[in-house]
Amino acid sequence: MKNPQLNKNGELQHLLTTDGLPASILRHLLDRATEFVNVAEGREIKKVPLLHGKSVFNIFFENSTRTRTTFEIAAKRLSADVVNLNIGSSSTSKGETLLDTVDNLCAMHADMFVVRHSSSGAVHLIAQHVAPEIHVINAGDGRHAHPTQALLDMFTIRHYKKEFHNLRVAIVGDVLHSRVARSQIHALTTLGVPEVRVVAPKTLLPTHVEKLGVQVYHDMKQGLKDVDVVMMLRLQNERMQGALLPSAQEYFKYYGLTQERLAEARSDAIVMHPGPMNRGVEIDSSVADGTQSVILPQVTFGIAVRMAVMSTLAGAK
Amino acid sequence: MNIHIKNGRLIDPRNGIDAQLDVFIADKHVAGIGKAPQGFVAGQVIDAGGLIVIPGLVDVAARLREPGYEYKATLESEMDAAMAGGVTSLACPPDTDPPLDEPGLVEMLKHRARSLNQARVFPVGALTYGLKGEELTEMIELTEAGCKAFSQADALLTDTRVLMRAMQYAATFGYRVWLRPQDAFLAKDGVAHDGEVATRFGLPAIPVVAETIALSTMLQLARETGVKLHVCRISSAEGVEMVRVAKSQGLAVTCDVSMNHVHLTEMDIGFFDSNCHLMPPLRSLRDKAALRQGLLDGTIDAICSNHSPVDEDAKLLPFAEAEAGATGMELLLPLVLKWAEEDKVSLSDALARVTTNPAQLLGVKVGHLSVGAHADVCIFDPAAAWKVEPSALKSQGKNTPFNGYTMQGRVRHSIVEGHLAYSI
Repeated sequence: MKNPQLNKNGELQHLLTTDGLPASILRHLLDRATEFVNVAEGREIKKVPLLHGKSVFNIFFENSTRTRTTFEIAAKRLSADVVNLNIGSSSTSKGETLLDTVDNLCAMHADMFVVRHSSSGAVHLIAQHVAPEIHVINAGDGRHAHPTQALLDMFTIRHYKKEFHNLRVAIVGDVLHSRVARSQIHALTTLGVPEVRVVAPKTLLPTHVEKLGVQVYHDMKQGLKDVDVVMMLRLQNERMQGALLPSAQEYFKYYGLTQERLAEARSDAIVMHPGPMNRGVEIDSSVADGTQSVILPQVTFGIAVRMAVMSTLAGAK
Repeated sequence: MNIHIKNGRLIDPRNGIDAQLDVFIADKHVAGIGKAPQGFVAGQVIDAGGLIVIPGLVDVAARLREPGYEYKATLESEMDAAMAGGVTSLACPPDTDPPLDEPGLVEMLKHRARSLNQARVFPVGALTYGLKGEELTEMIELTEAGCKAFSQADALLTDTRVLMRAMQYAATFGYRVWLRPQDAFLAKDGVAHDGEVATRFGLPAIPVVAETIALSTMLQLARETGVKLHVCRISSAEGVEMVRVAKSQGLAVTCDVSMNHVHLTEMDIGFFDSNCHLMPPLRSLRDKAALRQGLLDGTIDAICSNHSPVDEDAKLLPFAEAEAGATGMELLLPLVLKWAEEDKVSLSDALARVTTNPAQLLGVKVGHLSVGAHADVCIFDPAAAWKVEPSALKSQGKNTPFNGYTMQGRVRHSIVEGHLAYSI
């Protein structure tokens, strides 16, 4: 079956998921992001004209401030015209279908769509539907994928750890509902990380998670033992209602990242979180603000990574 | 009009016939096999040279969408589809709008279907009013109106006391109860098998235990009440094994599988293909193998199309939001032939699963071509290969997971009650 993300030359046409993307493309995107970090840090003017004259539509069927803002900043730094649409509160509630909304935006001459949707696979549907000159970036679909988050996480890991092939990485928390975790797992395994662990109670793990190439831990201390990278996941409050967890307090007691638990990891381990954090639920403030935390640099790198994705898709060198 | 079907290879599973025999039809019935009855004068001769002549197919699950869902399909469109698929008898589930819970609705449906003079329609009545799982329907009245069994369709019954009483009541009068095993709580919001694909794609999942827990309840209640239980659309290896054990213990239970599950697995979802959003969900390769084994050893009695036409817009949505279901009657025969070839099953044994076996499940006198039987006949070309193109399907539902597949075997003529209703 044809990979819907690649064009017939094997180049990136859309960024929908890290699943099935060759390592060469992932590495290219990370390398390209490095150039933009230098642009951002080394120059007075933060703008480059690579997407000049192009229109980027941020279509968010699910609310998000942070991700949408970083995409917006990234597009503007590439000199694109940016339109933000929060569809969650407009068209679909008036009965317009997803593809009708997309058709209307295509008619406004969009060059690139950045899409977030609450349903897994929604962004694939859009990518299959649009004209071949339009590029689609998945900014998170249901529980399926959040590839730019995973890429910025890979960028962060490479920044601090230099290599992937000698790392032990633990992903901690609600993997079942997490598009971030799925995209992280595929990116890590593709880039050659030899040991990826997931740490969570059974209620927060997909039934066949080991088929994704990870080792499963239910005990936090064992799961963190000697790891180089700790990737925390956000715990949504509604998980308490679905009988998945008894309480946030009990969760924190067994799976919260505290200094004591972090001490099981290697002394130079880094701590990551995709945000927004729930302090005192999945992570203790002393860790979030501690010396091993790279949570704020993740956000900074996120802009460069999204610039890399957009400029690569646009074919702009 | 009298019809003489000549030069064809007659396969009649019920009578163990697989031979070059002519079929003679007079006065709506089979008048002779192999040799014409005395004084027979053919008004119409069908040359079936190179073709196979079989009893018309009996499909135990074909949604016609009337009344209430005419935007999905109409009686007219789906009866055309039945004829093009060689389906001369079909049972339609009660999940219409309103559901088939009133004798008047059943009579109207039967009357409308009869007036089209195509496939015979055997309605399956609602087991509870409005399919709500609370109050019993008037099963005697519904049976008099033409219902052949009682079912909840996909409206899962959660109250086991109501289920037990419904079974007791049905058992009192010897009525059949048809149920699809799925625990409503375990399946809540689920859209795909709880397997590798759902894990990878982050799709809300339906575990196999949703089927086996409900099945266990049904089997125990059937044992307790003595009802004639038919298990609809079995989908898992564990489920097949439970039915096998129940049958071996002498329980009066029967079972069917949808043709989709005989051929497809969760892997066919590909990149979120909403055509593969089906209920029950497509399961693993191991489950598919077990379903086929169940067909071979007789645990599973029949194959159905689970024909569920869905309007186009309801499928042009993200996988989980798309409506479950696929069109199917026109693909039933070629998919049974495909299974027969792949699993080295004789044509007669394979065709029994779509003719005499389902007829027995319904308790109706069709599905065979004995002298004196209803002249419901399907004549097909086993050598004809054709590509599934949605726009060429007669059904108003154009969505099928088999879109683009090449099928082997095509219906040339469908005869219902001695009347040539379809020919190409």
